[in-house]
Amino acid sequence: MEFFWYVVLMGILAVYLVLDGYDFGAGIIHLFFADTEKDKKAITNAIGPFWDANEVWLIAAGGVLFFAFPTLYASSFSGFYLPLIMILWLLIFRAIGLEMRGQIHNHMWESIWDKAFGIASLLLALFFGIALGNIVRGVNLGMVQNGVSTQEPHFFFLPLWNPTFSPQANELGIIDWFTLFLGIVSVVALTIHGANWIIYKTNSALNPKLKNVVFRLNFVLLVLVFISLGIWHFIEPKPFHNFVENPVLWFFPLMTFVGIAGLFKVRSFKKDGQGFIFSTLFLVGGFASTAVSIFPNVLPSTNNINPSLTIYNTAAHEYGLNAGLSWFFIALFLVIIYFIIQYRVFSGKMDDVGYGEH
Amino acid sequence: MVKFVELHKQITIMEEMLFYDRMQFAFTITFHYLFPQLTMGLSLIIVYFKWKYLKTKDEQYNHATHFWMKIFALNFAMGVVTGIPMEFQFGTNWAKFSELTGGIIGQTLAMEGMFSFFLESSFLGLFLFGEKLLGHKWHFVTGLLIMIGSWASGFLIIATHSWMQNPVGYEILENGKFVLNNFQALFLNPWLWPSYLHNQAASLVTSSFVVAGIGAFYILSNKNVSFGKLFLKTGVIFGLISSVIVAVPTGDLAAKNVVKYQPVTFAAMEGIFHTEKKGSEIVLIGQPDVKDKKLDNKIAVPNILSFLTYGNWDQEIKGLDQFEEDLHPTNISGLYYAYHIMVGLGTVFIGLMVLSLFQLIRGKLFETKWLLWSLMFMMPFPYIANTTGWYTAELGRQPWLVYNLMRTAAGASPTVSSGNTLFTLLGFIGLYLLLGMLFLLLVGKIINKGPHHVELSTEKI
Repeated sequence: MEFFWYVVLMGILAVYLVLDGYDFGAGIIHLFFADTEKDKKAITNAIGPFWDANEVWLIAAGGVLFFAFPTLYASSFSGFYLPLIMILWLLIFRAIGLEMRGQIHNHMWESIWDKAFGIASLLLALFFGIALGNIVRGVNLGMVQNGVSTQEPHFFFLPLWNPTFSPQANELGIIDWFTLFLGIVSVVALTIHGANWIIYKTNSALNPKLKNVVFRLNFVLLVLVFISLGIWHFIEPKPFHNFVENPVLWFFPLMTFVGIAGLFKVRSFKKDGQGFIFSTLFLVGGFASTAVSIFPNVLPSTNNINPSLTIYNTAAHEYGLNAGLSWFFIALFLVIIYFIIQYRVFSGKMDDVGYGEH
Repeated sequence: MVKFVELHKQITIMEEMLFYDRMQFAFTITFHYLFPQLTMGLSLIIVYFKWKYLKTKDEQYNHATHFWMKIFALNFAMGVVTGIPMEFQFGTNWAKFSELTGGIIGQTLAMEGMFSFFLESSFLGLFLFGEKLLGHKWHFVTGLLIMIGSWASGFLIIATHSWMQNPVGYEILENGKFVLNNFQALFLNPWLWPSYLHNQAASLVTSSFVVAGIGAFYILSNKNVSFGKLFLKTGVIFGLISSVIVAVPTGDLAAKNVVKYQPVTFAAMEGIFHTEKKGSEIVLIGQPDVKDKKLDNKIAVPNILSFLTYGNWDQEIKGLDQFEEDLHPTNISGLYYAYHIMVGLGTVFIGLMVLSLFQLIRGKLFETKWLLWSLMFMMPFPYIANTTGWYTAELGRQPWLVYNLMRTAAGASPTVSSGNTLFTLLGFIGLYLLLGMLFLLLVGKIINKGPHHVELSTEKI
């Protein structure tokens, strides 16, 4: 039962990554590549009717985490206190950036909210990558000092950084060179993903330029992925043990590379949606490979005294997990129906929808 | 001695942590609930306007629908962005509570996300932009779905709240964890239904007073007068029905639950410091003096409280003196005021709405200037009544997080220092101040523009 809810949780997070990921990417493109008013309109139209529903996947993930793995929820949310609250603030800034812009037609007003939307998106992409880095690297569970736990074995707290910026220091921070590196990977990957979404959903004049951006950033991404494979060993001594035991799981890393490989042909795709499919493959493959790599851990311990948090020692009681099944499938069925309706109604190119002018 | 000083220091640090954790939750939830209390009730009124349009084909109803949809959309967006921090804060600031009870309250909170938020967020776009595309009937249906989503959201939140007030369907393991052993019990909790209906009726009070208040504003300022009359009429009828339901039966039933399950809370709410053998008086006005255990400047009516509570004029009601002091609510004065403000305002609402309906039936409401002014200035007060109602429930539960089972002090995050919480609390205050100003600016713009000018970008989709 724990494993079932783990798959559900990872599934919801992967959907969140793909869906809100393109919103973040679109925001980054908006910040760096959109020059004219028309470009900006095209970008906000492409995500306009979707971003709010996309964000709900994060809330759903939070809810499932809370009820299925309460110890993990309690431990990680209090331990990563500052970055999580900052993510909330950034989500608020992104939302008001998108919603406020069209309310008053004034150049200064519009450019303030454009920047709020763009910068919040950039920082969100960075923060989510850093978050992933923290989970891979692990934390000092129980806040062990001089061989003694100063807290209960599953609690911890991390400051934003410590002066050494090292993932192996005795005192860890949220931001070190390893987590920052993953943050940058996330920004690059989501920029590509967002560009692909804009290409898919609009006929904007920006699209040819975006195809070049995707093509060039894809080289950067490939290099970053190879570097991260190298330093992964440094952080996680046995990153491939699950893959070796279950060779079928190599599917996920393969998916990641198919995604990158496919994106090199971005300039010759016949259909505008193809690029989006490949960047989705990359994101889901990369995310799943990371999860598999540390499984069954969900938050590794960096000391030898307290055990890592796993799906088994953080899960709720059997009865509750079973009771959850009774409503989960109904809810999932409904969500899929809503999703189909929503994407049917807003199918095709979105240039002329006029989002934000209501 | 050194040890004692150390211990004292530790306690002070703990108290400070708890204080900021509580302040942050109180501040963010108070601000958040300004918006859902309007949207839940308003969704019903919007569906009503759309339904009237379908029946009568009178364009005015459709314009009214569009106008209130814009107000709804803005409030809804505010509710969403301030709502996400609520779900996160269980983990960030109340980690111990989440760890021990997550298997139970996580259940209802996860259901809220899966059932309500997906429904609302998927159909809001269609409701706002899809009228032409969907046709009026389906547009009505999307409105109805959004209403169902928001009411379901309220239901699941109050199911969570009810479990904290009156825990059911659980057992406690040796390691202190609360585990669920009866899923249905969460929804059959005797605390749940009266509270839910009380809350929803109160939400409708807020929306009715806003609809009526804007109507009065339009008539008084001689702008959009025909809409003003429609809003006023609708607001007064919905307002009277909901103001009455808030009191009887829902408020009455909710209060009886407090008497039954939290008698010490009831004593504090009503300001009963000493048990009266021959029946309790009802206190209308007075300032509690917790130190000397008495009320100053008291105006009270004898025996009424016993009658209202038990239907018996002479029934004894337990005063605070019957309970050990460490079971008393931690903020007796705050609780007493919150409750009395809520009840007092609720009474004023019924009175004002009865008068307004009387004048409406006589056909004189639109000319009765003083009543229109009163209705317009009454707009903020349902917000205060709703907020103080929730303060009554939450302060009344203290010093418990889970009533009789888990102290509030035991639920806070053990590793988050008070400095970090104060930092984020200040951040939330600043950010919400900005949000509040933007909200007022935009809502003012919509009201100023008026319903005639409502143009939804429906043609292009």
